[in-house]
Amino acid sequence: MSVQVLVPSALRSEVDGAARVEVEAGGGSLRDVLDELERRWPRLGRRIRDEQGELRRFVNVYVDGEDVRALGGQEAGVTDGAEVQVIPSVAGG
Amino acid sequence: MIGTAKGLFLARRDRVGDAWQISVPHFPMTAVYAVGIDQRDGATPRLLAGIDSSHFGPSVAVSDDLGGCWREPEEAPVAFPKDTETTLTRVWALQPGPASEPGVVWAGSQPSALFRSTNGGSSFELVRALWDHPHRPQWGAGFGGQAIHTILPHPTDPQRVVVAMSTGGVYRTTDGGATWAPGNTGIKAYFMPDQFPEFGQCVHKVTRDAGDPERLYAQNHHGVYRSDDDGQTWQSIADGLPSDFGFPIVAHPRRPGTIWNFPLQADSSRFPVDNKCQVFRSDDAGKTWQAQSYGLPTAPFYATVLRDAMCVDNADPVGVYFGSRTGEVFASADEGESWAQVAAHLPDVLCLRAVAL
Repeated sequence: MSVQVLVPSALRSEVDGAARVEVEAGGGSLRDVLDELERRWPRLGRRIRDEQGELRRFVNVYVDGEDVRALGGQEAGVTDGAEVQVIPSVAGG
Repeated sequence: MIGTAKGLFLARRDRVGDAWQISVPHFPMTAVYAVGIDQRDGATPRLLAGIDSSHFGPSVAVSDDLGGCWREPEEAPVAFPKDTETTLTRVWALQPGPASEPGVVWAGSQPSALFRSTNGGSSFELVRALWDHPHRPQWGAGFGGQAIHTILPHPTDPQRVVVAMSTGGVYRTTDGGATWAPGNTGIKAYFMPDQFPEFGQCVHKVTRDAGDPERLYAQNHHGVYRSDDDGQTWQSIADGLPSDFGFPIVAHPRRPGTIWNFPLQADSSRFPVDNKCQVFRSDDAGKTWQAQSYGLPTAPFYATVLRDAMCVDNADPVGVYFGSRTGEVFASADEGESWAQVAAHLPDVLCLRAVAL
């Protein structure tokens, strides 16, 4: 399964400035995609998920435009050719 | 090093009397709760910064060229093991170990835990014995969160380390971290039914005397104390102060008995005493105190100085520094006799460290 991951500008330094990266994931869930993303770019991965593997509170992830928190979180299904978008939420002061 | 709520600023000047040059923020939009300067290898010191992005979580970065470039490891440098089912909120303390242990750096975290690095701060390992301490479920959280904010390695005995947390109080090890015991006898916890409990105190900061490593000083959540037995028992040294509330306390790096703090009116009124910007110094281990304010703002001053936002350097005479939640930093090049502004209009100052190169 090949997935496009859209990287927010704040994290692009972790992927040589790329706005999107292609990830080949073995399974069919967002967790599989993020596992592979973290294997290839560990520092990018730990910015998106904490050390217990949970999505960080103020990082939003969308699969084909749908917020994964409404799709079962990391168990959300991801199909070949899907677009996974990582967007920092509104936070801070 | 000026750690603020929105990044790390580096201030430097070539000599006393020159204007300070303030950098643009490193790690902009991250809260920098902990900074450290490791001078042990004798060359250019290593700078350490505990950074906390509200979006992307906490990390620790190091620089070996005085902030020219920073390195962050691929793997999270400070992280809780899976079995703890705990997530690091942020790093509150970064403390190089004694000279006899090159490479050892300690990190204190929120939630309250102690981590140890043996590679100069590139990666850390949880100190299990303190994490597994039976008291831990009863450690509380103050407004700032529950954190180990103070780590004091013994200067000559690497088996001995003192830590302090809010709330929880002081804990000590004398066997290299294998076992830990509370060291709060004499420290008051006015907010608890038993006001002198074994642990649970809200100790704000602890510092170690320059001449006698058994002697420690603590600024408590009401109460200023001295210990003459490496943190086992404590006696009040607040009588000569206008208030016993405040956050920071720092010791002179070479002269025994000399300490500084920044008193606030009270827990319920967290403004400087008399709404005046003034530091207090003792030269006799807390028996007497003198206000030091020459050169500081004379207008009413309402800002707080946080627990890690005061420090000393290694110069002779010693430089003393403090920063406010209103983004001002002040420095004294003559041990507090006179002061000048280093920076203004920064974000909230969370922590400071300084070194003379």
